[in-house]
Amino acid sequence: MSLIEISGVDFLYGNDNSDRPALQNINLQIEAGDFAVIIGSNGSGKSTLAKLLNVLLTPSQGEIFVAGLDTTNPDNTWKIRQRVGMVFQNPDNQLVASMVEDDVAFGPENLGIPTQEIRNRVDKALEMVGMAGFQKFAPHKLSGGQKQRVAIAGVIAMEPDCIVLDEPTAMLDPQGRKEVMETVQYLNKEKGITVVHITHFMEEAVNADQVIVMNQGQILHKGSPKSIFRLVEQLKDVNLDIPVAVEVAEYLRQENIDIPDILSIDELVDALC
Amino acid sequence: MLKDITIGQYIARDSIIHALDARIKIMITTILIIALFTIDTFTGFGFFAAFVLVVVLLSKISVKKVLKGLKPILILVLFTLFIHIFLTKGGEVLWSWRFISIESEGVYTGFFMVSRIFILILFTSLLTLTTSPLQLTDGIEYILSPLKRFGVPASELSMMMTIALRFIPTLLEEADKIMKAQQARGADFESGNLIQRAKSLIPLLVPLFISAFRRADDLALAMESRCYRGGEGRTRLHELEFRYYDFIALIIIIILAVAVSFY
Repeated sequence: MSLIEISGVDFLYGNDNSDRPALQNINLQIEAGDFAVIIGSNGSGKSTLAKLLNVLLTPSQGEIFVAGLDTTNPDNTWKIRQRVGMVFQNPDNQLVASMVEDDVAFGPENLGIPTQEIRNRVDKALEMVGMAGFQKFAPHKLSGGQKQRVAIAGVIAMEPDCIVLDEPTAMLDPQGRKEVMETVQYLNKEKGITVVHITHFMEEAVNADQVIVMNQGQILHKGSPKSIFRLVEQLKDVNLDIPVAVEVAEYLRQENIDIPDILSIDELVDALC
Repeated sequence: MLKDITIGQYIARDSIIHALDARIKIMITTILIIALFTIDTFTGFGFFAAFVLVVVLLSKISVKKVLKGLKPILILVLFTLFIHIFLTKGGEVLWSWRFISIESEGVYTGFFMVSRIFILILFTSLLTLTTSPLQLTDGIEYILSPLKRFGVPASELSMMMTIALRFIPTLLEEADKIMKAQQARGADFESGNLIQRAKSLIPLLVPLFISAFRRADDLALAMESRCYRGGEGRTRLHELEFRYYDFIALIIIIILAVAVSFY
């Protein structure tokens, strides 16, 4: 069984008067250890999907299993939230304490972990996100990228199987975005933590094992980055920004120039020169 | 300018007073305040003042900084002094002019009250000067925790204080940003009389409140997804720990307080 199994899920917000559900007939499996990227423009339902994964919302129809636990069963709520950590978009609005170490400790404290063990977990988590030595810092003295990495550490300290990141880079400058992406990739590749990364930057999907394209509450495509990036025209139709290299490659292909699948500028340079 | 604000008046030093447990410090302050009100001689005050001085020296905070904290209450002190000098009657008449007179009893009570207020404020400000807001919050939670049985949400209160402390700098930054944005569009926060200036704050406060509510919403979601479900069953990274010198300090204070009250 996959780590995350979503089958036939619909979701309709209670206060939403429109007829169209926020999510429609979602079927998706995410394997343990995978790096899954969900891309979609505003209003495509990608954040709603994220909230369903750690029981901040429950599906109106269909079911979701996380590590074999049914999210609609209230008894499972806290177990699932411990297994699926969530990092949000705004770095300022998810840090709780006025000291970095206290913030990272917040999750383990809620789980009732003994003091000495919390101390170990906090130091380990901060080291994993490259923020060792920042224990006593105040969050408002950190840069956006650093704050976001502290938020990731806060989730890591709960020792989850999976981290869901809901547009963690949307409010960051390019430097911060790079820091966060490197951290997430490190955690996935070196520490084997499953990552579900939600974004509207297609570049961030390049290294994924699985890319899911969402539009208007439905899954438009899923597959490897290469197979997705082939669909340049369709992606443009749903208002996604295509990385320049991918777009150039596609134009060249249309001019009957033989070119392999391209994901990054480096690959394009290699293919052309 | 808004960015460099310090919360509370905590001054970090490596001293024995700083190292004392926050709960002990809160208890000691309470005991001393009670003792202070049982005193009715200037000798007693002299004794207390000497004690405060010793504590200040032990805390390694400069006397000047401690006295600076007294500035805001200076008006209150002077007011009390004058009221007593002119209105409390009794004893010898020291000076009189038409219906105004100063009598010895008034002078005595005036200075008596002033000494009491000064020592009182010194004690309490020493508590906040030597204890970080976080430790204070933890201490208050611990002291309130017996009241949990009667439905006082002690750990929730302390969580609220922690979050408030965390968001003060964030909201100040935000206020600064909104202010600049409004000024760029011609808002005027500086001129006009008091009422006009108060009115000009509305375009600052409305967006600030809206964004604060939005932040609260986000934060609640983030806390929930990190398994926060109230104070029940929570453990702490920083467990407050009594050490032997905490008890020594408490015993010394109790002995002193009792001695002074019966003296």
